[in-house]
Amino acid sequence: MLALTRKKGQSIIIGENVEITIVNIEGEQVKLGINAPKSIAIHRKEIFEEIQKENKKAAEVRVVSLKELWEKR
Amino acid sequence: MQLKTRHFGTIEVDEKDIIDFPEGILGFEYIKRFVILGKNEEGNPFHWLQGVDDPDIALVIIDPRTFKPDYVVEVPDEEVEILEIKDPEKVLVFSVVVVPEDLSKMTANLSAPILINIENSKGKQVVMDNEEYPIKYYFMEELRKVGG
Repeated sequence: MLALTRKKGQSIIIGENVEITIVNIEGEQVKLGINAPKSIAIHRKEIFEEIQKENKKAAEVRVVSLKELWEKR
Repeated sequence: MQLKTRHFGTIEVDEKDIIDFPEGILGFEYIKRFVILGKNEEGNPFHWLQGVDDPDIALVIIDPRTFKPDYVVEVPDEEVEILEIKDPEKVLVFSVVVVPEDLSKMTANLSAPILINIENSKGKQVVMDNEEYPIKYYFMEELRKVGG
């Protein structure tokens, strides 16, 4: 992994059109500003992975009728 | 067009019902087209989000406002630019449902709703930054109070 040292207000550029700026640093927390094309989805990694997992779990649904789900309540 | 689905066998899908998900949905980024099934079941809030590009994939979805009338989707404008929303009233909102063996333990993902702009048939799953809306929300208790 490439590691770069940056100060508050400084940026890095990835490719031609992704820019990540260090907006603020406070103790353990770093606030990042990201400029990227709309086609690039940006997520917090742990939440992103959790939702991927949840969608996959939802896709494991057995064959069930919507009627059964609705009448189950 | 015909779809050979895992759940429903071969079904006929009208091209105009296909919804474009330019980014797919999380975990299924390669599925760029879906169709909603089960819209005709009177009063039933559950639907299927059926993958077109991968007909083996189908997820149960429900409008979370069915059981949580005050549910609101709040995301930055840039998040939904891809949907080209002009009229928020024309946007469908669905939560993905996990259906376990015990149906009373179904959960809905309130944290990452699927938005569909019916004006241009474009969809996207957005991720909200709101602690009130968990990824696993047990909703059956509340759904029981809904009539129909």
